[in-house]
Amino acid sequence: MQRQAKVWMIKFSLPIVLLMLFASMPSIAAFDAYQFDDPEKEALYKKLIKELRCTVCQNQDIGDSNAELAQDLRRKTYEMISAGKDEEFVLDYMSQRYGEFVLYRPRLQINTLLLWVGPFIILFIALFFLLRFIRRPEDEVPLTDADRAQAEQLLERDK
Amino acid sequence: MKRYLIPLALFIVLVVLLAVGLKLDPKHIPSPFIGKPAPMFDLPILHNPQQHIKTADLQGQVWLLNVWASWCVSCRAEHEVVKRFVAMGMAPVYGLNYKDKPEDAKRWLNALGDPYQASLMDISGDAGIDWGVYGVPETFVIDKKGIVRFKQVGPVTNSIIDEKILPLVKELNAEAG
Repeated sequence: MQRQAKVWMIKFSLPIVLLMLFASMPSIAAFDAYQFDDPEKEALYKKLIKELRCTVCQNQDIGDSNAELAQDLRRKTYEMISAGKDEEFVLDYMSQRYGEFVLYRPRLQINTLLLWVGPFIILFIALFFLLRFIRRPEDEVPLTDADRAQAEQLLERDK
Repeated sequence: MKRYLIPLALFIVLVVLLAVGLKLDPKHIPSPFIGKPAPMFDLPILHNPQQHIKTADLQGQVWLLNVWASWCVSCRAEHEVVKRFVAMGMAPVYGLNYKDKPEDAKRWLNALGDPYQASLMDISGDAGIDWGVYGVPETFVIDKKGIVRFKQVGPVTNSIIDEKILPLVKELNAEAG
């Protein structure tokens, strides 16, 4: 009976997995496919649409979102890259219009400094307390003869 | 007693930080345009597409740019507020008709009234990108020198008009051009 159930599961799980895979296909296919004359440009495009935040659907990059604005920004990115603009140009273009907020990897500057060094500051504070805790001399209370006898007795009992 | 004080203090700091975080609006993104020259556009007028208006044409006066579209639901509610502001005669309001069909846009204005000095057609949305538009409706206040002084993302309400835009426009009107 159990064996049968196992066979049944294997038999049906594959179609289900395949079905799920295909069900997610249309959402990928709906995204615009741009043609590049240069694989390097294509790589840059793919990298940039992962690094630019969609301001309408925050927490998604423009590559992941199908919001109208994300589509327009992908088109803009495509146009700039096909025209031979570099990464810096595209990031400047976007941040001039939508602010630093669109960059998923904020640049290192005064107002983002805390963002970059903050985690390290917290790490150092944690390390400081950890070391202090580890190094703290134990409160040594010398054992009395009675303690020793009790320990002996307990060990004896376990044997 | 002292050993409880530090965790308690930390807890209070955490609560305060979280409370402030709750009050912040994640949809509000500081605009990079405040204090900077208004972005360029050169767009056809909705009711007279042969004629274009450029940003530079509007210099020398305090003006507002209201980004709207017929498909934008909250623009409908905002429209009454825009009409009220225009009726005060403090500053002209230009419309940026964002990613709309001209016939839909005209029908919308016919039905709801047209307070705009002119509405500019941005069918592709490119001018919208140049102005950093991400949530229609949006409203900008531009001073006589062509500098963006205020931006509202989302519908302008009567209280925003009375508390922010009106005092600012009065102040800017008094400035030398």
